[in-house]
Amino acid sequence: MSQRVTVNNTGPMTDGVRLDRAQITVPITSDLDIVAARQRGRLLAVELGYTATQATLIATAISELARNIVLYATRGEILLTGANDGARVGIVVTARDQGPGIKDVPYAIAGGHSTSGGLGLGLAGVRRLMDVFEITSLLGQGTTVTVTSWKR
Amino acid sequence: MTVPILKQRDYLIASIQAALTDADLKHLRDALVAQVGDYRSRGVIVDVTALDVMDSFAVRTLRDLAHMTRLRGAETVIVGIQPEVAFAMTQLGLRLEGVAAALDLEEGLAYLDSRVKRGGMTRQRLEG
Ligand SMILES: Nc1ncnc2c1ncn2[C@@H]1O[C@H](COP(=O)(O)OP(=O)(O)OP(=O)(O)O)[C@@H](O)[C@H]1O
Ligand SMILES: [Mg+2]
Repeated sequence: MSQRVTVNNTGPMTDGVRLDRAQITVPITSDLDIVAARQRGRLLAVELGYTATQATLIATAISELARNIVLYATRGEILLTGANDGARVGIVVTARDQGPGIKDVPYAIAGGHSTSGGLGLGLAGVRRLMDVFEITSLLGQGTTVTVTSWKR
Repeated sequence: MTVPILKQRDYLIASIQAALTDADLKHLRDALVAQVGDYRSRGVIVDVTALDVMDSFAVRTLRDLAHMTRLRGAETVIVGIQPEVAFAMTQLGLRLEGVAAALDLEEGLAYLDSRVKRGGMTRQRLEG
């Protein structure tokens, strides 16, 4: 059974969110790619006029999501896209893999629980770093985490 | 990307020059823990000014480094955490916990001097 959890920190997501056509894909297979993905995300944020502080929040979130891919799914990808809802500019980060999936999604994103001896902070922290957080996971099929940060 | 480790008086100073991979960070941790013994160092400074992201892995590794060197008789201080990085770490929920931090290299050295002179290292509690 597929589990899907959405957390929106900025009120209901408007229907009018348009994604830019240009999409950056960063394949994730090693810890080198974690660095590449977060640097690419920071660059996009700076290009779109985000402050250094917000760009750092986005880069940090990408780092957590990319590391989860390497750690739990071995391989996957990070997609970076500019977005626009008419009033705001945003960045949408999608981290997806065809790894083992997550057994209990609400438990995994609650924080403090790790299956790898970590701090169990990654997913719970990414929720706080970004404005919109959505996770879909299917056991044996993989995990997709999509997060959005609106430019302030 | 290896991090240069300088020896200055009783201290080891590691100045991170650019973004580090997870493997680089683990390598740095192990090198410092080993060199504390080689040089009988009493203090370690890790300068993270060049790090533009400190995520859960980086913080955990630095925390482990500080605890490992403490068990070997040397105090570790992290210097140069950038303001945006401090903000992101806090939002993420990351804490350095028992690990000392100082604004820059100079403050880090002053901190170590005050700790080591007091001879506090051996009497200091191991937890935290
Ligand atoms: N892409 C993924 N595929 C499969 N399982 C995942 C994935 N991402 C996270 N998980 C599961 O969710 C748990 C929580 O993830 P989270 O990133 O919050 O913490 P962690 O990786 O265990 O520790 P930390 O990120 O603090 O180092 C993980 O322990 C793992 O079991
Ligand atoms: Mg994680």
